[in-house]
Amino acid sequence: MLWEVDVICRDAASDHAARELVAGAQALGVAACTASRTAAGWLLEGDLDRPAVEHIAATLLADSVTETFRVGVVGDATLTAATDGLATVVHVLPKAGVTDPAGLSAGESLALLGHPGVTVRSLKKYWVPLDPDAAAAMARRLVANEAIHDVVVGPLAIHSLAGGGAWTFASETVRLADLDDTGLEKLSRDRCLALTVAELHAVRDHFQSLGRDPFEIELETIAQTWSEHCCHKTLTSPVDHEGPAGRVRYSNLLKETVFASTVKVRAALGASDWCVSVFRDNSGVVRFDGDHDICVKVETHNHPSAIEPYGGAATGLGGVIRDVLGTGLSAKPIANLDVFCVAPLDTPTESLPRGVIPPRRLLAGVVAGVRDYGNRMGIPTIAGTVAFDPGYLGNPLVFCGTVGVMPRGAADSAVVPGDLVVVAGGRTGRDGIHGATFSSIELSSESETESGGAVQIGHAIHEKTLTDFVLEAARQNLFHAMTDCGAGGLSSAVGEMAATLGADVDLDRVPLKYAGLSATEAWISEAQERMVLAVPSESWDKLAAVAAAEGVEATAIGRFTGSGRLVLRWEGQTAGELDCHFLHEGRPRRILTSRSSAVVDREAAWRPVGLTDALQAVLALPDVASKEWIIRQYDHEVQGCSVTKPLLGPGGGPADGTVIRGVLGRDRGVVIGVGLRHRLGRLDPYHMAAGSIVEAISNAVAAGADPDRIALLDNFCWGDTRSPETLGPLVEACLACHDMAIAFAAPFVSGKDSLNNVFALTDASGTSHELSIPPTLLATALGQVPDVRRAISPDLKRSGSRLAIVGLSRPTTAGSQLELTGSVTGGELPRVDAPACRAAVRAVAAAQRAGSVLACHDISDGGLLAAVAEMAIGGGIGVAINLTAVPFEADASLPATARDLAIAFGESPGRFLCEIPTGSDTAFAAAMNDVPWAIIGDVTATPVLEIIGTGERDRVTVADVATAWRTLSKEAG
Amino acid sequence: MLAPRALVLRAPGTNCDHETASAFERAGGIARRVHVRALAERPSTADDCQILCIPGGFSYGDDIASGRIFALELRTRLAEMLLRFRDRGGLVLGICNGFQVLLQTGLLLADPDGSRQATLAHNTSGRYIDRWVRLRCEGGPCVFLAGLTELELPVAHAEGRFVPRAESDLTALTAAGQLPLRYAVDATGGSTNPNGAVADVAGACDPTGRVFGLMPHPERFVSATQHPAWHGRLDPDSPGTGLALFANALRAVS
Repeated sequence: MLWEVDVICRDAASDHAARELVAGAQALGVAACTASRTAAGWLLEGDLDRPAVEHIAATLLADSVTETFRVGVVGDATLTAATDGLATVVHVLPKAGVTDPAGLSAGESLALLGHPGVTVRSLKKYWVPLDPDAAAAMARRLVANEAIHDVVVGPLAIHSLAGGGAWTFASETVRLADLDDTGLEKLSRDRCLALTVAELHAVRDHFQSLGRDPFEIELETIAQTWSEHCCHKTLTSPVDHEGPAGRVRYSNLLKETVFASTVKVRAALGASDWCVSVFRDNSGVVRFDGDHDICVKVETHNHPSAIEPYGGAATGLGGVIRDVLGTGLSAKPIANLDVFCVAPLDTPTESLPRGVIPPRRLLAGVVAGVRDYGNRMGIPTIAGTVAFDPGYLGNPLVFCGTVGVMPRGAADSAVVPGDLVVVAGGRTGRDGIHGATFSSIELSSESETESGGAVQIGHAIHEKTLTDFVLEAARQNLFHAMTDCGAGGLSSAVGEMAATLGADVDLDRVPLKYAGLSATEAWISEAQERMVLAVPSESWDKLAAVAAAEGVEATAIGRFTGSGRLVLRWEGQTAGELDCHFLHEGRPRRILTSRSSAVVDREAAWRPVGLTDALQAVLALPDVASKEWIIRQYDHEVQGCSVTKPLLGPGGGPADGTVIRGVLGRDRGVVIGVGLRHRLGRLDPYHMAAGSIVEAISNAVAAGADPDRIALLDNFCWGDTRSPETLGPLVEACLACHDMAIAFAAPFVSGKDSLNNVFALTDASGTSHELSIPPTLLATALGQVPDVRRAISPDLKRSGSRLAIVGLSRPTTAGSQLELTGSVTGGELPRVDAPACRAAVRAVAAAQRAGSVLACHDISDGGLLAAVAEMAIGGGIGVAINLTAVPFEADASLPATARDLAIAFGESPGRFLCEIPTGSDTAFAAAMNDVPWAIIGDVTATPVLEIIGTGERDRVTVADVATAWRTLSKEAG
Repeated sequence: MLAPRALVLRAPGTNCDHETASAFERAGGIARRVHVRALAERPSTADDCQILCIPGGFSYGDDIASGRIFALELRTRLAEMLLRFRDRGGLVLGICNGFQVLLQTGLLLADPDGSRQATLAHNTSGRYIDRWVRLRCEGGPCVFLAGLTELELPVAHAEGRFVPRAESDLTALTAAGQLPLRYAVDATGGSTNPNGAVADVAGACDPTGRVFGLMPHPERFVSATQHPAWHGRLDPDSPGTGLALFANALRAVS
């Protein structure tokens, strides 16, 4: 019998879900939806009678003080009867097979009440004063996502939660031999393999040499392993590049640009090289202190998040946490960062292409996903940003990153022949099948229906127990190697670990969420929260005991052999057998061509405006505005190590780099800085990338990082790089990474690319076209603070201090925030003068070491005045600043009227503002040596900004600029 | 004499156990992290401890309601051990999720028949929030707050809104000094109540003052460098105000 329990707030005013639904409905213009009530519903199936269900409801499901409940058998009229006079009830429940964390937790805990083996599914119920069709339509717009939810109006028709029966072994052969190129192309598309015709030729030839066609499971394994997502085939391909500097042939783009710079930097460091493991493992590892190394990884989860923002972002974070956990012999995750690129929140809903989630709902969804996963994991989310551009409309970008700390020596790991293949953590279901290949295909308005299977819902608590288990097993030295199950599931995790040795895997032993999965499904499913470990037989019992103690399921599903072959079995029968060498080396290289043209400045056109008016307009722009409504939803203090938090000072101003102690109770710190100059992506890809890197480094150094210990990460997000005009800018960006790494002696230690960020749509007139994202590079700087007690924050500290600017300013208004306000269009591009930026960075670090810096802020989005305002907001005090004192260089062509605006809002990279305490001027000056700098103002007790320019003298209260800066956060929150 | 011992009880999803244990040690105690499964198998593990602390986190994911399943596990597997621990004079502290757990076990604010006098509901904002709050100590029997008048600590929760069963419960609990910790106003005079808690209640204790739960995180302010405005303002080597709470606990059992 299938029971239902509905849990309802006693007090309608506390029914948040109802409040939000009504607010959302009104915003949508569904005026009739003036009221709603909701219930948390639970479906229970098992050996239960009414008293038992009532006992469960009272002790487990409902709160006796604030909630009531009603119990019935699914179908009972009482369950769907009108509530508070609201006639229509809408059920929103997870589709069969979609992970249901609440249902799983409830089911597991019922054993404690003496009811083992009860299956539970959670659902939400909404009572509304609408007719059924309107109610269903509204639910789909506001509270349900058809990629993962069923929406049912009126009585539920379900009578059992039981899944299908077990799969019986059958191996499907895929005919390639007699397919022509069109046939191969169709096959790739129909099976969502994302393999090119050339690649399918290689597969066909390989199997012809074996005298047979491939089994489905073999073809799928190859597709996963060869996917862009798993092996970066574009960036590692040979490229014929035709750029402003002429023609160049790269035999391996990434290797000859980004990797090459790391090799050169490490060679220059010689004996003092502090890199430990770069571009090899799941994350990049560098030296930290005498006993520890630290590692970092940043991933993207763009396509899943476009379809299901909450689940996409949550599993994106879950995946990168496992990357760090699965580095070497495991690292403890100590910090998360998240960066989102979305379309402007005020994009009119009616202008949205079909299949596109409104930016506001999308951003709320990805924020909630990171919040619910990161907070449950107990990892502080301490860094990040949000960038806005119409180009991200159909294809938002979701970057999630994690920093970990590991004992020295734990970075090295190696599988030994004879080791058991052990899968630990969550069970395997159909969720996330084809995620790896799906992420390599462009999105379209059909993606939601076509690729819903690629969407996964995370279960953070399983990842938390998995983490506790892995760290304890590592402490006891119970395994030889480990990797996480991410894209491609077991097929790429086991495939990767067995790349040289080979393995025999018994897929029928993989623990399943529900019966019915085929061998192939179990092999390629991207079900979350799983790790694969290589465990020596003699350690198996101990490992199993640790797993049991932490409540984690660990199962031996095979052995690493040494045969060089990947053998897949089901109940003893061979389901597939692949040659590891072919699997990992057999992919044909394609030669790509790319083109990029010289970039020229556009003449600036000015529309004069008052300095303080412009300042308030700039501070209110979404890229610059406070992200407090997001930051406060993240636990940024758990683990107790946060030293420089995202919001600082009595006034809660913004941080540059954020700082945490690497180890609780020790004084050495980790700094995270991020740089994202997306507004330059379409204007000048080289300087977009260079500027992003300089911004990330500047953020870290402003916060107190040692400029000689900065590791870099690159995350490229690009459009369809099959087009030479799209690949060209990517080549330019790779060159920028190479040049910056060498200029700053800051090695890249890891990175990731996400290509094909394109949204294909058919407009009303029936013509189809593609929306491509702006070329985007997220640069992450992982720095180190020798002693966190000397960390520096941007908020102003004391009246009487002096304010200095470091670095040269130019009228760099192209792609600036000021341009978005309409006060200027075009102008000089903010090009990076690497030696000058490096000198400024080192001068600032020297001044900090000399104790002559009380506050430090790098100048980026919004330019000088925005940075000054942010420092004043944080400190809750004022500044009198003289723009005419700023070291500034401009062509004679710059009109005098524009001079103040150019100085105040230009975005030249490599500039800092420093608060110099009384009496430290000489020490500060000494640290500057030949870097251009000047004292430009005084810190004042009254919270007012006094601005003196050539043309005008202007003033505004800090309260007013703070209001402008916080407007978006207030309204979005 | 030997330093007092604190048992920091963790469950799947507990995530503040390390820093909480470290806070007890910083205050001069000895702390041991123990998994609830291990304690259920060997309740005697707690025999040499004077303090039992349930730290913050998302026990069992908090997917049904905060602390619900952890409390159910304690009630079904460790009820006797907990009562024995309390009755022999042991201190019990619940922080954030631990406070939610203590309320649901009936160790705090429950009638003799076990029916509950108050609960911790969803924040009025309907959202998780991480921010710093000012706190006022009301005096009374709570040994953890002995001698303290004001505290500044961070909160980080989605379900922290204190709701009494009835007005009469609020009156009675207040009179008995069982609601000793309240959200206070900040420098500008604005309330720092982050969740809409009735009567600004941030923490509650039993009539003896030896079982105490609070939503704010004292373990997150044991060092000045954990404060969001410490740079250039506080001595980085000075303690945070949260440390006093752990020191009080250790003193009470010494």
